[in-house]
Formats: sequence, C-alpha cells, structure tokens
Amino acid sequence: HSQSFTLTIDYTGTEPSSPCNKCLNVSWDSTPPCTCTINFTLEHAFESNVFMYYGLSNFYQNHRRYVKSRDDSQLNGDNSSLLNPSKECEPYRTNEDKPIAPCGAIANSMFNDTLELYRIDNDTRTPITLIKKGIAWWTDKNVKFRNPTGDGNNLTALFQGTTKPVNWPKPVYMLDSEPDNNGFINEDFIVWMRTAALPTFRKLYRLIERKNNFQPTLQAGKYSLDIAYNYPVHSFDGRKRMILSTISWMGGKNPFLGIAYITVGSICFFLGVVLLFIHHKYGNRNTSADIPN
Amino acid sequence: MPEQSCSPCGSAASLALSQCPLSPQYTLWNFLPKNLFEQFRRIANFYFLIIFLVQVIVDTPTSPVTSGLPLFFVITVTAIKQGYEDWLRHRADNEVNKSNVFVVENAKQVRKESEKIKVGDIVEVKADETFPCDLIFLASSSTDGTCYVTTASLDGESNFKTHYAVRDTTVLCTDEAIDTLTATIECEQPQPDLYKFVGRIIIYGSNQEPVARSLGPENLLLKGATLKNTKKIYGVAVYTGMETKMALNYQGKSQKRSAVEKSINAFLIVYLCILLGKATVCTTLKYVWQSNPFNDEPWYNEKTKKERDTFKVLRMFTDFLSFMVLFNFIIPVSMYVTVEMQKFLGSFFISWDKEMYDEEIQEGALVNTSDLNEELGQVEYVFTDKTGTLTENSMEFIECCIDGHKYKDCMAEVDGFSQPDGPLKYYGKAEKSREELFLRALCLCHTVQIKEADQVDGLVAHPERKYTYISSSPDEIALVKGAEKYGFTFLGLENNFMKIRNQKNETEMYQLLHVLNFDPVRRRMSVIVRTSTGKLLLFCKGADSSIFPRVQQEEIQQTKVHVDRNAMDGYRTLCVAFKELTEKEYDRIDRQLNEAKMALQDREEKMAKVFDDTEADMHLIGATAVEDRLQEQLAETIEALHAAGMKVWVLTGDKMETAKSTCYACRLFQTSTELLELTARTVGEGDRKEDRLHELLLEYHKKLIQDLPKTRAGLKRSWTLSQEYGLIIDGSTLSLILNPSQDCGSSNYKSIFLQICLKCTAVLCCRMAPLQKAQIVRMVKNTKGSPITLSIGDGANDVSMILEAHVGIGIKGKEGRQASRNSDYAVPKFKHLRKLLLAHGHLYYVRIAHLVQYFFYKNLCFILPQFLYQFFCGFSQQPLYDAAYLTMYNICFTSLPILAYSLLEQHISIDTLTSDPQLYMKVSDNAMLQWRPFLYWTFLGAFEGLVFFFGVYFLFQNSSLEDNGKVFGNWTFGTIVFTVLVFTVTLKLALDTRFWTWMNHFVIWGSLAFYVFFSFFWGGVIWPFLKQQRMYFVFAHMLTSVSTWLAIILLIFISLFPEILLIVLKNIKEKNHQAGPFDLPVLVSYKRIENGYVKAEDAVTNLAERYPLRIP
Repeated sequence: HSQSFTLTIDYTGTEPSSPCNKCLNVSWDSTPPCTCTINFTLEHAFESNVFMYYGLSNFYQNHRRYVKSRDDSQLNGDNSSLLNPSKECEPYRTNEDKPIAPCGAIANSMFNDTLELYRIDNDTRTPITLIKKGIAWWTDKNVKFRNPTGDGNNLTALFQGTTKPVNWPKPVYMLDSEPDNNGFINEDFIVWMRTAALPTFRKLYRLIERKNNFQPTLQAGKYSLDIAYNYPVHSFDGRKRMILSTISWMGGKNPFLGIAYITVGSICFFLGVVLLFIHHKYGNRNTSADIPN
Repeated sequence: MPEQSCSPCGSAASLALSQCPLSPQYTLWNFLPKNLFEQFRRIANFYFLIIFLVQVIVDTPTSPVTSGLPLFFVITVTAIKQGYEDWLRHRADNEVNKSNVFVVENAKQVRKESEKIKVGDIVEVKADETFPCDLIFLASSSTDGTCYVTTASLDGESNFKTHYAVRDTTVLCTDEAIDTLTATIECEQPQPDLYKFVGRIIIYGSNQEPVARSLGPENLLLKGATLKNTKKIYGVAVYTGMETKMALNYQGKSQKRSAVEKSINAFLIVYLCILLGKATVCTTLKYVWQSNPFNDEPWYNEKTKKERDTFKVLRMFTDFLSFMVLFNFIIPVSMYVTVEMQKFLGSFFISWDKEMYDEEIQEGALVNTSDLNEELGQVEYVFTDKTGTLTENSMEFIECCIDGHKYKDCMAEVDGFSQPDGPLKYYGKAEKSREELFLRALCLCHTVQIKEADQVDGLVAHPERKYTYISSSPDEIALVKGAEKYGFTFLGLENNFMKIRNQKNETEMYQLLHVLNFDPVRRRMSVIVRTSTGKLLLFCKGADSSIFPRVQQEEIQQTKVHVDRNAMDGYRTLCVAFKELTEKEYDRIDRQLNEAKMALQDREEKMAKVFDDTEADMHLIGATAVEDRLQEQLAETIEALHAAGMKVWVLTGDKMETAKSTCYACRLFQTSTELLELTARTVGEGDRKEDRLHELLLEYHKKLIQDLPKTRAGLKRSWTLSQEYGLIIDGSTLSLILNPSQDCGSSNYKSIFLQICLKCTAVLCCRMAPLQKAQIVRMVKNTKGSPITLSIGDGANDVSMILEAHVGIGIKGKEGRQASRNSDYAVPKFKHLRKLLLAHGHLYYVRIAHLVQYFFYKNLCFILPQFLYQFFCGFSQQPLYDAAYLTMYNICFTSLPILAYSLLEQHISIDTLTSDPQLYMKVSDNAMLQWRPFLYWTFLGAFEGLVFFFGVYFLFQNSSLEDNGKVFGNWTFGTIVFTVLVFTVTLKLALDTRFWTWMNHFVIWGSLAFYVFFSFFWGGVIWPFLKQQRMYFVFAHMLTSVSTWLAIILLIFISLFPEILLIVLKNIKEKNHQAGPFDLPVLVSYKRIENGYVKAEDAVTNLAERYPLRIP
C-alpha cells in the first residue's frame, strides 16, 4: 500500500456558494467564532495512517521581517528573555508595558482555526479521532522549545508578568489542557513556529491513526468538515485549505521526483545507446594500440 | 667632533644625517596599521570592507560576520605572508645592522652597531669584514693608499677590485691621525648604479689653502662588499641605511603584473555589473510588489514604527544596499588570497624541480617573484642573449694571427689548464719580435688578477702554478692562458708593476700607468705601461669594428681575412693593437685623464673623449679567436621553442658573423631560411645609407607582407608552414631606424621594420648596446596585441632587457649574478627554459585560468538561488542559506580543493608537455581566459544555480517529505540547496581533475566530509551566543527523509550532466581522431625506462636523455 492519496478542500469561502462565505471577513476577536461545515465524499478508502494538514496560500512566512521576529531563547525557557524579549520581536515585543510571551510576529499570527472531521453514515455523524501530538519535530518538542522553569509546574505562575500575544484569544499557558502539550511546547505552536519556505505551504495539523487491520483508516463515503473559522486570510488575498493525505516511505505524493527520475533516466539510456553505437562502430580501431603497462 | 666638520652630501643633496628606516617595511608596532592600510588599498579588499561597514551600519539581511569573517581571514593570511617575508628581511638585516663596527670618535675607537652609523662618521674596517655603509676611502694600512675589495655579494664578480684612497689623506692611517682631518664632502644624490659615483672632497689643512679632490667610484667602498688582502682601512660614511647603493638596488625592482590579473579584473567588472543589476532588479520589483497594500504590510507582519517613519527614498536606498550585501558573495572574496597562495606555493615547485638542478653549480632554479608563474605559459617572443646564454661562456683560446700569419695549436685546453710545452703548429711565421710583442700585449692588456690556488676549492692547480686567474671577463682569462701556451706567463701585479715570465724564463717588469677600462660602448680596453727600458707603450684590444678604424689602414687587410673567417666559424675575435708613446704625449694623456677623472660634471663623456683621443693611430699586431662552446641541448631547446609557436630573437653584443654562425649552429636559422640583412654591410656607409636603408626596408616589406599568400585569418602563427625568413640587423642600423635623422621624414621606418620583424621566424640583432636590447624588447612589447615577451640573459648587459620584458630570466652564469638577481626567474642553463616554459608555464597557466573561472563559477551558482529566492519571499532580502554557510562556503567548504587542484593539476603529463611543444600553442593568447570560456563557465554556473533552486522548489511542492508526515521549513529548503551546491561544485572539480594525488583525494573528500560533519555539529547544539537557533537539527532531519536523498542525488547528477556528457563526447572524439598527432610524439622518456623495462639499454637511456628521440 505504498500508493498515496491526497484530498484537498479549500474552505476560504471566497465563492458566495461556499458555506464558509459568511465567515470571510471574520476578525480575530469575534466571539463566538464563526463556524461553517463543508461536506465532502471520499472516493477511495484511505488505508494507512492519514495525515491532516492545513494549507495557506499567499502567506509570506518567509518574509525577512517575519522570519526574524521571534526570540528563540524565550522559547527555550530562558527566564530573562521571557520578561525581556529580544528587540527582533518588534513591534510584537510588548503590549501595555508587559512583555509578550511568546513574542514576535510569527507567534502572534499563529493559525487558530479549529478543524473537526465527522464521518456521515446514514445521517449519523461519527467524530473521527484526531491526534494532536506527534506532529512536531522531536528535537523541537523536547530540546528547542521549553517552558520557563521555576517553582512548581503551574504554568500560569511561570508566565506571571507576561501578557498574551495581541491576536491571541487566550494566553500561551492555556493552549491545551494537557500539561505536556501546553505553553511553549504545544505542538500546534511548534509547528507554526517553523517558518515555511514558500508563500504557499501546508503544515501538519492532526494525525488519524489506523485502528485495526480489518478496516481502513478512512473508509470511502461521506464526511463533513467542521471549521471554527477564526483566521482571516481574505485581507491579503490568501487561501486556506484542509488536506488529507496518506504517506509512503518516500513521504507524501511526489510527482516531481518520479517524473524527474524517469526523464533523466530515459535521457541517459538514450544517450548511452547512441554513444555505445558510435563507440561500437568507430571505437574499436585502436584497441590494439592500448598496450597495458 | 669639534675639529671635524663633515657636511656630506652638501651642495645638491639634502642632508642625509638621519638613519633612514631599514629595508624591511615594518616594525613590530607599526605592522598592524601599516599592513592594513596597504591591504585596503587593494580595490577588492576595500570593496569588502565597505560591504562589511554597510552591514554594520544598515539593517541588512546577513550579519556583519558573514562578510567580516572571510575578509578577516583573507587579511590575516595575507598579513601573515607579508609579515613572514618581512621577518626574513629583518633577520637578514639584523645580521648586518646589529653587527658591531668601530667608529673613530675623538681619536678613540668606539664600538657601535652598524645601523647607528651616521653620515660623516669615520669607520674602521678590518680585513675580510664587510663594509657597513657606503664609505669614502680615506686611508688604508698599505702605504700606497689602495685596498682590495670583492663585490661578489653585489654583482657576483669574484675578482679583487682595487680601490684608491683620497690622495691627500692616505697618510692618516692611525686613529689619532685620522681624527685631525677636517674636510667637507660633496656628493651626488644617492643613485643605484653601482659603478657610478661623482663627488668632491675639500680638505682644510691647518696651514694651507683648502684642497679639493674629485671622488669617483674608485674611492667609494660599497656596503656589502668585502675588504680583502688589506689589514684595515678608514673611511667616512656618505650613504647609510636606505641610501646605500646596495639598498637602492634592492628597491628598484619593478612590480610586474601578469596578463591573467587583467582578465580577472575584467571578469570582476562583469560580475560587479551582474551584482548591481541583481540588486536593482530586486529593489525595483520589491516596490512594485509592495505597491499592493496587502503585500506591503499584511496584518500578520506589521512594520515597526521606525520602518514606517523612514523616508521612502532612504528606505529604497537601504534596500538597495541590503540586496548588494545579500548578493555580494558573487564577487569571490577569497579568490585573491587563493590566487596569491597558489602563486606563492606554486613557485616552490619550480625551485624544487630536480630536472632544473645543475650538478656543476650545485644549484637549481631560483624564483625571485611568484607573480608571473602563469605568464611563462603565454610567452610569444623570446629574446635571448648569446654569450653565456646560448653559449657556455667558458672560453677557449683557439688560435691567433699575428700580422696575418695563423698560429694554431692542435691541443684543446682541458678545463682551462694548458700544457705550455705543447707543440704549436705554425702556418708560416711572423717576425720573432712581432710575435713577442703580440704575446706581451696579451699578457699586459687585461684586468686579470691572480688568486692563490689554496683559496679555490676543488681545483687542482698545475704543479708549477699555485694560482688561478680571476677576471670579470672570461675572454681575458682565455687570452692570458693562451699567451701562456706560447710561453708568456702573466705572474701578477705588484705595486703597479706587472710581472711577466717570457719564453726564456726571464721575468719582465712593466709599470702599469693607466688602465682604460673596457666598456660596452667603446668595445675595447687599453693599458699604458712603461717598460723597464723606459719605453711607453699603449696596448689596446677590442672588437674589430672598434679597432680597425683606429689603426693604419694598410695593416688591416691581412688580419681582416682571419678575423672574418674566425667569425664565420663562430669564434669570438678580438684584435690587438699597440702604439708607442713619447714622454710628451704621455704627459698630455696623463694630464687629460686626471682632469677628466676630477671632473664633477659629465665625467663619463669627458673620459670617453680622452679615451677616444688616446686610442688612435695605433698599429695592428694581430687578432685572437676564442671559442665559446654552445650550451648543451641548445638546438633541441630552440627547436622546441619554435615548435611551440614562440619567436626567438637573439640580441647580442657580438659580431654579426660570430652571432650568425651560432644561430646556424643552434638551428635558429636553417639552411632553408632566407636571410634578410639590415647591417652596415648591406646598408653601407656614408650619406647614402638612409636612402639605401629605406629601399631595403621597402623591398623586404614587399617580399614578406605584400607578396606572401594571405594567411588564413585566425591562424596567427601559421608562418611555421611557409617559407621561413630570418632577419639580421646590427646596432648602428637599428639606431638609424629607431632614431632617424630629421630631414628624412622617415618616421614610418619603425613600423615597417616592425612589420618585417614580426613576419620573420628568427631575428638576430648583433652589435647591440644594453639599452638597445631593452629598446627592441619594448618595441615588440608595445605592438598591437601586446604579446608576452621573455628575455633571457646572463650578464650585467642583459639586465635592462630582463627588466623590460614581461618575464625576465637570468642564467646563473659566469658573468656574475647581476642578471639572475634582477630576473624574475633564474635557471642554471638555457636548456631549462624548455621545461620552464613548456611544462611549468603551460601548467601554471592552465591551473590559474581554471582557478579563476572556477571561482567565478562557484560563486555564481552559490548566489543565483539566493537571488531566485527573493521572488518567493516578497523581495524581503531573506537569505536562503544560514549565515554560517554563507560565511564558510568560500573559506572552508570549497577553498582547499581548488587550491590543491591549482597546485597539482597536470591535465597533460609533464613528459608529454615537454616533448610535444605544439601543446603550448593550445593555451597561447590567454586562450582560457577569453570571453568564450568565461561565458561557458558563467552559463554553467547559471544553469546549475537554476537546477539547484528549482529542483528543490518543485520538491517542496509536495505535501510532506518525511515518512511521518512532518514538514520542513525555509531553513531546510536552503540547506538542501546548499548541500547540492557544495557537492556539485566539489564534484565538478573532481571531474576536472586529471591528475590525482593523495592530496587531491584528501582535500576533495575531506572537504565534503567536513561539510557533513560541520553541518551536524552546527545543528547539533543550541548555541548560547546565537540569537536564533534556526539550524537546530535541520541538517539531521533533512537526512532522515528518503525523498531528500533522492532529490539531492538527482540534482547533483543533473547539474553535472552537461559536464559528464562533454567528457564522454570528448573521449569518443579523441579515440576516433587519435590515430594522429596527439599520441605520437612521445619521448623515449627517461622515466619510463627507469620504471623497470630495460636495464641493458643504458646507452639508449643516455641517448634519449641527451637527444630527445621521437618515435615516428
């Protein structure tokens, strides 16, 4: 089952027919969040583990001003940087004279849509378990990102004296209920903090694990995607997508490598034949002249 | 010193009292500022300094470290090299400058360090000591006020030269006496000519009028010379420190720049334009892109207050600068330092070359400058001296003629030691008295000195003779030895009396009154002696052209026949003449000579005039013929140079006939060569000669240029195929051409002459004065296309042309060391030129050309992806690579392989190169640094840059590259590109390498391994000093992805594909077309036989060694 399948759903909502069109001009602090539901059908079953991504377009995570706008020592749990973030974080360094944790433009613009997946079977919606851990690099989760240290494990106390990023609805220590996925080591946060190489990118959102050997991870059929639409992209002409993908030993579906290898391989083969022919026809004239030394 | 008022260098010269700085440039404390200043005067270094400062001041995408560190590296390496060289100079100087000397102050000897000597100090020097500064010789321990000096370390002449004390001070030969002297010395400004000095000393006696005496070079004791055979001398310092003639001579070396450097500068300008273009394009596009407000400042990426407040024009300017900084790596920082290291280290290979080691003088090649290694591969014109260069300059007396009778012994001299009792063959006899007169003339008319045999190592003297002759001219020794064969032996000079043992074993004494020294303009020398009977005789010997006009015309004919025939045989001929002087005549001459010597102004001209007057109306006695053997493998070498497309011009001071026969002997002229003559013989004498010359020039011009079938364009050196022409011109005709008289209106002589010259295979210029040699070189050097010229010579008279030519080569010959000291390279023998040019020159050219092109190429494909990335990051100057990679790329990851390549590469083996001279033409005219190869490399770099970037770009279109679904960020993107880049660029070099040594393997694979190791290490630690940990585990993660591996391998392969294809095609082409020229001219090389085939064929080996055989 090395075949990879990919399913992409654009839920930006620019088209008036789209269910998410009503949320198009949503702002950061709208409460309650604008929600929309998109129904879709899987033609094939996804046999192996499925990876759920969100994708953004025309979002310049690789803009220089953006890339450098972070403080890695703050994210590494350094207490002095926590209260006195790097100048690089400007203009997202302090808010109302309080240091922002995590500071900087990257953290401030963290993707905050909530995506939920339901299988619709005879009008019953069965939620599909989405695993939110194991989506970040192990080294990031365990070494590069650390919560500040101090007395006790109460994150609220440890982040005392800082304020939340301007655009965030909740402070960093309330990102998740599980203590090992909260604060700076929240995996959604870590994934977001790894800036993408190109303006169109996708980031790993959730994992859907295969439960047993008798059933595919996602059967063919009807599904619905529930979106808590918080993240505005229309202002910069961006797009948002949800991608479901299975992955082979080579990673995701990869047409480029395949095509490139086949092309180069055939060119080499062709040239090889031509050269062999030339060599065979003209090249044996002075084989006798090569006296071994 | 109250009683001594020395105001030296008075009249014209400013006071030179302060001890000037020593020849080293730096001291410990000024090294840093001065060296830095010197280095930043170089355009490239200054450019990088500016970039660095921009990075410090302006908010730029990369930290100042990225360009500061390479710059620091470059500056440090250069500073270390220069510091080392300076330290060597310091050390050499300290040996001289810190040595103790004795200065007389207040009638006492005071010990001083030699660098503390001030102008005006009176210095005492003892036997075998070196003079600490330039001294005016005041008094010596010998009563006659002379001393002997050897100037071996200055000009290499090992004979003892006699210097004379100022006449009025010779008596002051104790510390007390010398202290009473009150005198003023006026002298000329310091000048480098070792043999010229004009000055005046005014001595104030206690009771008489002040006396003025002239000072000449014979009164001046030079720093660096050594006192010999004299117990001690006193002298007053006139030039010290940097003003000594020795110091001035060391300074005077001109900086020669090679043609390669000009190409580099042209390429640099192109790349600078590319850089400016890129920065402009990016800045423009940035503002076009930002004109859309949601691109300029989306909600997720707001500007800081400062950015908003900056004026737009200023912002645009800083943006432009930032792009410049981002792309500045396209101009290779480290190229200059690599080129310099390559030249510096590469020059060792020349001096280490065992094949250029000469057993006889126990020396190998000497490299005086490392800047010109590659120029050796570009030579088009070779100007060579004849005597000592083409010939051995070991003279043998062959025969003589006395009054037209030929005397020849059948015995050849062995190593200069004659058998005086050998039978002589007489072809008819001259009168006995004439014979004796002739032989006496040979014995007396010279400047040969006697050196006791025990001072000479390794020479076993004749049992009866405990001495050897030394002289600055080997001809003179040959003549004196020749006279010895006929029974007249020169026994030496004692107290101005020359002693001779005649045929009857009696000792004759002659008082030496005057020596009219040899000079190349007069081309003769004379002595005036008084015999024991009181007769005054003047003996003169010199070139026939300079003697014949000064003797009775009726005597010439019988001798001329012999002289011409000897010259035809390739011997050096000298004519000997004499005249008897009356006392009255002598008094006049003596007075005139002394007056001329005293003259402060135009002394040279006055002396020359007196000499000219004196050496007139003489009687010709006879002529001598001296053989100068050809150097070994001369003809082969000349043929090889010809075959390599070089034109060989012989510039000699010798007679035309002698030179011509040498040219035939060394196959410069072949029997088929048609000779064109522009000499006194063809042009004639008198008023008509200019017209005649004009006719001749036009005739030759017509023959060579107009009538010759038009050679195909582009085949610049096609003359090898058609009829060969040789041109002979002599000094007087040349000066007629170069300096035509006004009325003729023949200023285009020169261009016609030049056109003729350039069409000739070989040109022989005889009767050349040293300056004319340089004129010829300059003339050719400045022709259209400015061909690279090479001068090779061995004597002081070749120095001017050695300095004039692009490459000057000195032969470590017998005429002193001046030539080799002023040269860029010195070799022991002419034959070594073949390997020096054909192998070393060719290789160094190829190496450096490849080095330069490779540097531009690797930086282009380094920066192009970074440029392309700007299109995908909103022109925000986001660097693609991490700062560490930006910094280390040029100084660590890719520097050593190219350095090793540029030192060791032999794309064709040295044996093949030396045996097939035609290969030399493949790189002629700077072929590898023309625009075509440059464009090829540029396109290759651009192609690879595109492949790197877009390959990875398409790879990143994929949802995930890892098998666990995780995604990569922008730093992984850059790292993949960078990995492909480093591997491609290094493997490209590996593909180009034809000659693998363990060093190449070590450096190439070592660099790649180092890159991998460094990347792991750099990403493996959270660096406390870094603001951003962006590379943390990026490299390791990258390697966990199979897709990335596949992509890296694929991209490397695609990038190298054109190169591989080219190699394969070339191989096939060579295999098909190689029944012919490439394989054939293989030497029966010494090496191969040594490698173990044939032991019994030693004879063949020797033969092969001496005469390069070719397998048909």
